[in-house]
This record gives sequence, C-alpha cells and structure tokens, in this order.
Amino acid sequence: MERDIFVLGGKEFTSRFILGSGKYSMELIKAAVENAGAEIITLAVRRTNTKKNENILDYIPEHVTLLPNTSGARTADEAVRIARMAREIGCGNFVKVEIMKDSKYLLPDNLETVKATEMLVKEGFVVLPYMYPDLYTARALVDAGAAAVMPLASPIGSNKGLATREFIQIIIDEIDLPVIVDAGIGKPSQACEAMEMGAAAIMANTAIATAGDIPAMAGAFKHAIEAGRAAYLSGLGRVLERGASASDPLTGFLRD
Amino acid sequence: MENSFFVDSDKLGEAALKKKHRLEREPGSRSNHMEYMEGMERISSDIMDKVLSEMHGYDYERYTGEDVWRALQHEVCSIEDFKALLSPAALPYLEELAKRAKIETGKHFGNTVYIFTPLYIANYCENYCVYCGFNCYNDIARKKLTEEEIEKEMKVIADSGIEEILMLTGESRSMSDVRYIGEACKLAAKYFRNVGLEIYPVNSDEYRYLHECGADYVTVFQETYDSDKYETLHLLGHKRVFPYRFDAQERAILGGMRGVGISALLGLADFRKDALASALHVYYLQRKYPHVEYSLSCPRLRPIINNDHINPMDVHERQLCQILCAYRIFLPYVGITVSSREQQHFRDGIVKIAATKVSAGVSTGIGDHESKYTGTEEEGTGDEQFEISDARSLGEMYQDISGEGLQPVLNDYVYV
Repeated sequence: MERDIFVLGGKEFTSRFILGSGKYSMELIKAAVENAGAEIITLAVRRTNTKKNENILDYIPEHVTLLPNTSGARTADEAVRIARMAREIGCGNFVKVEIMKDSKYLLPDNLETVKATEMLVKEGFVVLPYMYPDLYTARALVDAGAAAVMPLASPIGSNKGLATREFIQIIIDEIDLPVIVDAGIGKPSQACEAMEMGAAAIMANTAIATAGDIPAMAGAFKHAIEAGRAAYLSGLGRVLERGASASDPLTGFLRD
Repeated sequence: MENSFFVDSDKLGEAALKKKHRLEREPGSRSNHMEYMEGMERISSDIMDKVLSEMHGYDYERYTGEDVWRALQHEVCSIEDFKALLSPAALPYLEELAKRAKIETGKHFGNTVYIFTPLYIANYCENYCVYCGFNCYNDIARKKLTEEEIEKEMKVIADSGIEEILMLTGESRSMSDVRYIGEACKLAAKYFRNVGLEIYPVNSDEYRYLHECGADYVTVFQETYDSDKYETLHLLGHKRVFPYRFDAQERAILGGMRGVGISALLGLADFRKDALASALHVYYLQRKYPHVEYSLSCPRLRPIINNDHINPMDVHERQLCQILCAYRIFLPYVGITVSSREQQHFRDGIVKIAATKVSAGVSTGIGDHESKYTGTEEEGTGDEQFEISDARSLGEMYQDISGEGLQPVLNDYVYV
C-alpha cells in the first residue's frame, strides 16, 4: 500500500488521530501524545490564558501541530477575537472554530460558525470548524474556505459514539474536504467505525481523559483508527455496508 | 433545636437597641419583604413563581427507596427523579448516588478542579440578617479598602499564583457604591484572568457597567427560598426584598454577564426544599438563557463573631454529600463550588465526586492578606464574615488536588 498521507491546511500528517488536551492532567498529555502517535493536539485558548504553574504549552512536544480552539466563544466575533489571541501567543495559524450558545449540551451554532469561518479565512487562518452535521452548513463552510469540517458524532463528553452516523456519511459522500469526526466518540471501536465510513481523521478527548489508563487508551485509539483507515482504503467497509452482490449478474440479459 | 441568632452589643445606644428589639419581636414593625423598594428594577420573569410552586408542592417524605432506585436507572434525571434523590429515602443509597455523580462529573469536566480565592474589599452593611457576621447591629471592626489597599491585596494574592478572584462586599450601597466596585473590577482585571462578584444585588444597567469594568460572573445567595422564613431572618435593609434578590441573576444576565452562581445557605430553613429550589432556579434559568454558564454553591451556616453557637442544624456531612450528588446528577453541566466553610477531609472527598471548584488561601476578613500569606503584622483590618474551616494555601491545595490524580486549573476563561 502506498504511504497514506493526511493533508490538512497544506501540512502533511501520517497520524489521523487528533488528540484533545482538556480534562486531564498535563503530565499525562505527553504520554498520551506519544502512545497515540498524535501529530495534532487541540487546546483551548482559554486554558492557555494562564500565567504560570501550569502552562499547557510546556507539556506538548515540539513536533506536534497545535490546534487551538475558540471554546468560550458565543458569537462569530468572539471566535475571531479568541483566534487572534491564539496566534498572538504563538499557537500558529491553525484554528478550530467552536461556537456554543448552549452551556448544557455544548452544541455548536452552525450559523455563527459559517460567519466566523469566512472572517478567519480572510485573516489567513487555516480554519477547522466544529459543526452539527448538516449538509447545507458543510457546503457553506466549503464556500467559506474551511480546510476541513468537523461534524459531531454525538453530544460532547457523552461517549455515545456515532449517533449522527447517517448524516456524517452524507457529508463524507458529498463534501470534498476532509471530514474529521469530533465529539462523542467514546470507544476505539466507534473511532474505527467512523474511519471505515471514510472519515479523514478522528478527534477525541473525554474518552481518553476518563479512561483508567490514559496513555494505554490513547494507544488503543491509535490502533483502532489505523484499522478503520486500512479497512476503508481496502474498500471492504463500504461494500458490505451498501449490500452484497448477487451471484448471477442482474444485467446479464443485456445484448449489445 | 433552632439556632438562636439574636445578640445585643453593649455598644448599641438605647434608640438603636429599641429598634433592634422591635424588629426582632414585632413582625408588624418590619417592612413588606415582597414589596420592591424605590430604585429597584422590575423585570418580566415567571421563574420565581415556577420555582416556588415546585418547592411548595414538594413532599419529600412520600418518596421510597424504589423511587430512588428508579431515578438512578434513568439516563436523564427529571425533576421528579431529582426530588427522589433529595429525599430522606435516598440517604441509604448515598454510595450509589456518589458513583453516578462521579460519572456525570467526569463526562462534563473530566478530572479538572478549578481553584479561586475570595477577596473581601469592604464589610459595611446596611442589612440586619440575623445569622451574618457583617450585620449592621453586630459589633465588629468595619473597613472599606481604598483603591491603593485593594491593589496591595491583589498583588499579594496574585503573587501566590491565584488567577481567579471573587470580590465581595458587605451590602452597603452608601459605603461601597457601584462605582467603587467598578474601580475594584478594573484593578482586578489587571491582576487576574477571571473576575467574579458577590455583592448586593443591583439593576441590570449596573451589572452591565460592572461587566464593562471586567467582571463576568455574578453570584447571589438567596439564603433561603422559603419567603416566610426569609422574612424572619432578614429584618432590615435592601436585602429584605425577597423577589428583587431572586431576580438578581437574571438581571446580571441581561447586563451581559457570562455566568451566574446560585445558592441557598443550608441550615436556615428546610434544607431539602432549599436544595430543590436552588437547583430549579438554575434549571429554569438555563432553559430561558441557554448560553449562560451556571454554578451552584452549597454553603452551610457557620459561627460568626459574637455568636459561636450558630450551626448548620440538621445538615450533616452525609446530607450535604447527598445534596451535592443530587445536584450533579440533575444538572451535570453545572459548576459546583465548595468553599472553605467545609473542612479539608470533606473538600478532598467531594472534589472526587461532584465538586468542580474550591477556594484556597482564604480570608473572609478585610485587608489582611499580607499577614495571612506572609505572616507580617497588619493594622486596621476589618473583621471576618464567618469562621473558615479549611485554611489551606493555594500551594497546598494545588498539591493536594494533584495528589489525588485530579487536574487543578487556575484559569479556564478568556474575557471577550
């Protein structure tokens, strides 16, 4: 098999596992990154907005690409301001847009997300928007210049897996950008399933953070994502999913 | 046995003493606690009616172990389930409640525990709340910090590593007006990443002003949601007006604050009803203002200067733990703060189950941080609001939380 490269915002990655950094102790972040083989790690700008003692940036290995998120933003304008802060503190040009106006479910506001994506792309950011899996929004994000789309699998932190499976599949089928499945992935098997469906990468945080052995779970996800990716590339997953072939050809009666 | 709150200072003049006694003994001499005073903003809201009607109808004795078991099986905790979890029937299931609460806390907060410290900038008060050390008839050393003194306190606290501050005042509009508090917010925004307020309730335009000065979180304790009981405890001053206080969080939200905190002071009235009302206050506010961040506290009554008999009555640690677990299961997304009113062993235990925020390096006095943090003598400090039970510094708290495999977080906020 050819080397499978994941291109995102002009950068090349071999890992398709994006690791979240919130919710667990920072000593474990390094171990988790290593075991996960992760090359991209997300971090909340509001968590890095700190003075001493616990600066999260100190715990992230240098070769890893930072993906700051705009968590805490309730509108497009606020997301833009937080993204600028991220750039100022040296987090680079990548930004994951997260805009929530619901503190209970933390569901993303698609409308504001499209607006923020347009504004941030104009400012030269590589924008990865977190979204509710809606086809029209995904298309609007393509038009706005997003580098990928990040539809949620189920409510964040719920560990419920691919509750939005059918809608994510539609986006994978219809959108030419990488589709990174984000939020709600609770087990390696669910990550594997999303990869079989054709997702470009998986983002997980709570599933790792709440595991008994954080670095070991990070490793389990790595293998599951690789297995799912290999299955997708081999073509099997989609064929089985969409029906097996008949033993006699249905079109055998055709003569010219 | 009920708490006995009334204490007469021998420094009170005859007229003051006479007025105090009349307020205490003659309910007819007190103002109508449901009537707004001049200058108090009225907003259109049905949340108080909803909360109070649920609370009045709550008969916790009718719940059984079966109801509790069923509530624990439900994936989403309904109001009815929550009522069962708060009932006496749930006490034998405390370990089960704790297990479920821990799972919910983990889903929403992972292993994080936030640390903050309170800063009292003035203890003048125009209210007579019979259980509070700051009450206007209590003979204590009063103090209002100047801007220079506030800045000095903030430097000491900031040097200790604290990044989130909760600024408090006694409730005196004349001694600590909104402008004064606003200036304190501007200073706080220089030294800290996250600024919260726990001051007397104000109008929405005043909350907006304070927000623009740098504050983004407002906590107001309703003390008790039993308005009849409330009337017998808050005998004089603005705080006497029950509905104005109830709507404070909503006015703060209308004024643009990002988050609001809610609480009853457990031990004043029927704690199960107060716990129900506190959580429903959050629940209904969240439905109306889903974008806002909510938090709950769970203070229990503590002894005060000149009255060391005050105690939390029938709210023992098991009951407090039950309430906190029930809060967490019913409102999994809500921040839960446990203050230094509680002892170290309780705070260490509860952060593993349900609490997400604790205070450290606490003083409830005025202008005494340098002496408390560095041991140097300070003169002319103001007396404390209540006695604390956990005097751990930020460093000690940070160590202890890390030692439990949890992640202490000093800031998770950005002002936008």
